[in-house]
Amino acid sequence: MISDIIAIIRDYWLLLLIGQYPNGPLGGLAATLLLSILAIAFAFPVSIALALARLSNSPFLNWPVTALVYFTRGVPLLMLILWGYFLVPLVTGANVPSFLTMLVTLVVYQGAFLSEVVRGGIVALGHGQMEASRALGHSYLGAMRYVILPQALYNVIPSIISVFVATIKDTTLGYVINVPDLTFAASQINNQLLTQPFQVFFILAAVYYVICWSLSRVAIVTERRITRKRAGTASQATAKSLKLAALTDQPS
Amino acid sequence: MSNFDLSEILGNPEYVAMLLLGIKMTFVVAIGSWTLAMTLALLLLGLRYAPGPVGNAFVTAYVSYHRNVPTLVQLLLWYFGIFTLMPDPVTFWLNDHNAEAIFAVIGLGLCQAAYFSEDLRSGMRAVSPGQMEAARALGHSYVSAMRFVMVPQGSRNALPALINHSVSLFKNSSLAVAIGVAELTYAVKEIENLSFRTFESYLLVTVLYLVFSLMIMALGAYVARRADPVRSGRA
Repeated sequence: MISDIIAIIRDYWLLLLIGQYPNGPLGGLAATLLLSILAIAFAFPVSIALALARLSNSPFLNWPVTALVYFTRGVPLLMLILWGYFLVPLVTGANVPSFLTMLVTLVVYQGAFLSEVVRGGIVALGHGQMEASRALGHSYLGAMRYVILPQALYNVIPSIISVFVATIKDTTLGYVINVPDLTFAASQINNQLLTQPFQVFFILAAVYYVICWSLSRVAIVTERRITRKRAGTASQATAKSLKLAALTDQPS
Repeated sequence: MSNFDLSEILGNPEYVAMLLLGIKMTFVVAIGSWTLAMTLALLLLGLRYAPGPVGNAFVTAYVSYHRNVPTLVQLLLWYFGIFTLMPDPVTFWLNDHNAEAIFAVIGLGLCQAAYFSEDLRSGMRAVSPGQMEAARALGHSYVSAMRFVMVPQGSRNALPALINHSVSLFKNSSLAVAIGVAELTYAVKEIENLSFRTFESYLLVTVLYLVFSLMIMALGAYVARRADPVRSGRA
């Protein structure tokens, strides 16, 4: 069993790592990571915009975003991917690679999730920060830009890392629309070998485990560091109670 | 899309039958794996509290595996991997009894058990240790203190997280399509293939998923209110 696994890794490590890259689209682990990084990079600004819209008093901004958040919360990601697979080529009018379809879907989905994280961070800061900066002459947007967001985003870094881990795990669903990622590479290997499905999928699970476990550790260590830093600067009791209140009314 | 027409699907008894079968299978998978997950989660929680380091280490490893490996990969490993390692009689029996659905229930249930047990554990940790000490001082045994004092409070604390994860379990039941379970997502792909009405069929199933998810959320909120009128009134 173990020798089988070593043999598979020896024979197919390049396929698992970059797919058929020079001769075909980038695939394998490289595609999985690239897809997750791009998805988070694009989802981040989107999520800040969504969070600000959801916090605003204007019903025209507030309602659609609330609806979007509940929509992404209530519909399986798989269903959204099928929508993307159908709509993205329809809107762009071109033959879009499945990688791009998956990226667009993930940006929408994780953008909505991240917006809740960002909103939680902003609400957890409390009213005082905003009121103080308005009193000092900042406009609403100026206060957000220079006072609220720098603190709120810093405090939610651990949650952002968790969302990143969730994104890596979600990229596997690209399997259903044939995104050439790590899972796709593994199923290709499985189709070639036919006789060792357990070994192939075991390798797949192990690779995901190593990546996601390490990133979760990074999130935990960062969280500890941030908690320590905040304990020095903010009064801990109020910060703690506000954070709990913010987390309970936040989906997911 | 110029001729949007939902009746093309809802007026066709064949498609309606496929949809209903899909809904039924989705609920079979979701409820089956929820029951399995909750049972296992309670066992895992018990192991966490068992004396000695072995139980705790086992649960830590269990939770770590199931949280860090994508659910889809776990399902693929179960259905394509572990299924083939089983002895022949078991394989034959499973093939006769809708093996896809059984493995979907096992895979999703085992995975979600990790989340449920962590929810319960953080709920229990939020109960102050003084409660246990007071219950013991009042003459409760360890088990009865757990039963009447700790678990009722702890499970109440865990309710919001449990509801969220129950919703995600319901949504994850759609992953079963990857191993060929004929549930709702499978049904929509079939209907789309037969009717060429992509927009209408997707819309219909999306609305169905949304309605069911919102119903689970509402049910959860109702249970939370019933379980703890004072605190949910405040929050």
